[in-house]
Amino acid sequence: MTATGTGMYTPRPGAAPLPRMIAAQAALETKMLLRNGEQLLLTVVIPTLLLVLFSTVDIVDTGAGEAVDFLAPGILALAVMSTAFTGQAIATGFERRYGVLKRLASSPLPRWGLMTAKTLSVLVTEILQVILLTVIAFALGWSPQGNPVAVLLLLVLGTAAFSGLGLLMAGTLKAEATLAAANLVFLLLLVGGGVIVPLDKFPAGAQDVLGLLPIAALSDGLRDVLQHGAGMPWGDLGILAVWAVVGLAAAGKFFRWE
Amino acid sequence: MRSEPVVQVQALVKRYGTKTAVDGLDLVARAGVTAVLGPNGAGKTTTVETCEGYRKPDSGTVRVLGLDPVRQSAALRPRIGVMLQSGGVYSGSRADEMLRHVARLHAHPLDVDALIERLGLGSCGRTTYRRLSGGQQQRLALAMAVVGRPELVFLDEPTAGLDPQARHATWDLVRDLRADGVSVILTTHYMDEAEQLADDVAIIDAGRVIAHGSPEELCRGGAENTLRFTGRPGLDVGSLLKALPADCSAAELTPGSYRVVGKVDPQLLATVTSWCAQHGVMPERISVERHTLEDVFLELTGKELRS
Repeated sequence: MTATGTGMYTPRPGAAPLPRMIAAQAALETKMLLRNGEQLLLTVVIPTLLLVLFSTVDIVDTGAGEAVDFLAPGILALAVMSTAFTGQAIATGFERRYGVLKRLASSPLPRWGLMTAKTLSVLVTEILQVILLTVIAFALGWSPQGNPVAVLLLLVLGTAAFSGLGLLMAGTLKAEATLAAANLVFLLLLVGGGVIVPLDKFPAGAQDVLGLLPIAALSDGLRDVLQHGAGMPWGDLGILAVWAVVGLAAAGKFFRWE
Repeated sequence: MRSEPVVQVQALVKRYGTKTAVDGLDLVARAGVTAVLGPNGAGKTTTVETCEGYRKPDSGTVRVLGLDPVRQSAALRPRIGVMLQSGGVYSGSRADEMLRHVARLHAHPLDVDALIERLGLGSCGRTTYRRLSGGQQQRLALAMAVVGRPELVFLDEPTAGLDPQARHATWDLVRDLRADGVSVILTTHYMDEAEQLADDVAIIDAGRVIAHGSPEELCRGGAENTLRFTGRPGLDVGSLLKALPADCSAAELTPGSYRVVGKVDPQLLATVTSWCAQHGVMPERISVERHTLEDVFLELTGKELRS
């Protein structure tokens, strides 16, 4: 063994500034998501197809007025669910399985910093989704109304609610189970959550239960505001807030990093 | 280099359910390279992962660079580099992308391009992690452990499953780290790896350290060495034995192949060759075998390391 080195590896430890670490992590997470074909199918292709298909072809009776005015709010809710819940659950589940979370846990980035970065990545993706879907909806003749602040509040609370549930699933189940369950839940909530099929098509008893689902609260709230020009949809915001608190608390308690 | 301990483990106990993985383990590692050697399931990974802050001790204390790895994790993490036994990389990321990302989490990282070249990762190109070969994945994990310019690096089985060329590349890097003043704790079940790289070796079995010292100390301690030579078949071994010191043994293993076991020193070698000269024997292929860590391990535990 030689006594003198090249000096290349001479220790000079130190963490990068926290904002830089979080920004770098959020950028990488977003890049990974946009590179993943299945994720794009879920977050971009399916919502876009559903919006275009059901707006132009008369398959589901969406009530009086333009179909797109009914559909666009539901599809926005679906976009939030696809990213914050399904996409985040699947990605995080596999990151846990492949030791990515474990490895990052021993890096200078704190665990809460990693979670913050994940949230930022979800928000960036949602912004891109909302821009894309809004442009398409306008092209299909959408005429939204209502208070943008109410819309923003619904989207943020919806994101929080779905993130909590997605992370709870990713942090407790096996990656394969998360993959299967997250897709199944996505499909069930797509059909039964008032996204494209109005909830009043279901039996009265079922309506009351389905109305408490986060996807139903989000699509109903968005529809009240954007289609009917309602004020603050406090009831739906309340439902989302409860889901957010319960989901995030449970995720915080039960999430396992490996 | 013999300064303050970089790792101090005292009476560490760690259980998983009813299984005790680490059972009252004591370990002091000083600056330099320390190898934690033991068979699969001995508690190597649990010990190292406790030092990295991943596991909370059931009892006992662990200090790494003077810090508690769980409670003072934020202060410790920037100062250590970690190579997990497997994984740790986004399956859809490219090697350089992940390495650059880890570099960005540190204040004064190494030059990523130089490190990529040094570890031969340049050939990975745009291939995503899941499609890299096992050796490339290992080298990337190694690069991720050192890119932040840590004071102390933990390598968990850094060369498991590598071809000889890749193993030597990893060994060279460990030597370079040591020469530049980086301390290394590595786990391995390869004897030669510990012998080649380590200033100190801790041999672990069933969750305890059963021997600790430099490779030379461990190989010398009480162990007997071997002298072999070939000659004419059917030599009088009894006569040879009489010429040797009392605690030696001699045997003809196969016709014409002889072995002397005992304290092999220059005097013993002279005794054997002069006996041969007296008996008109030309000893060919005479060889002295130093005791290896493999033998030490076998003597201490009665087990093969790579079982």
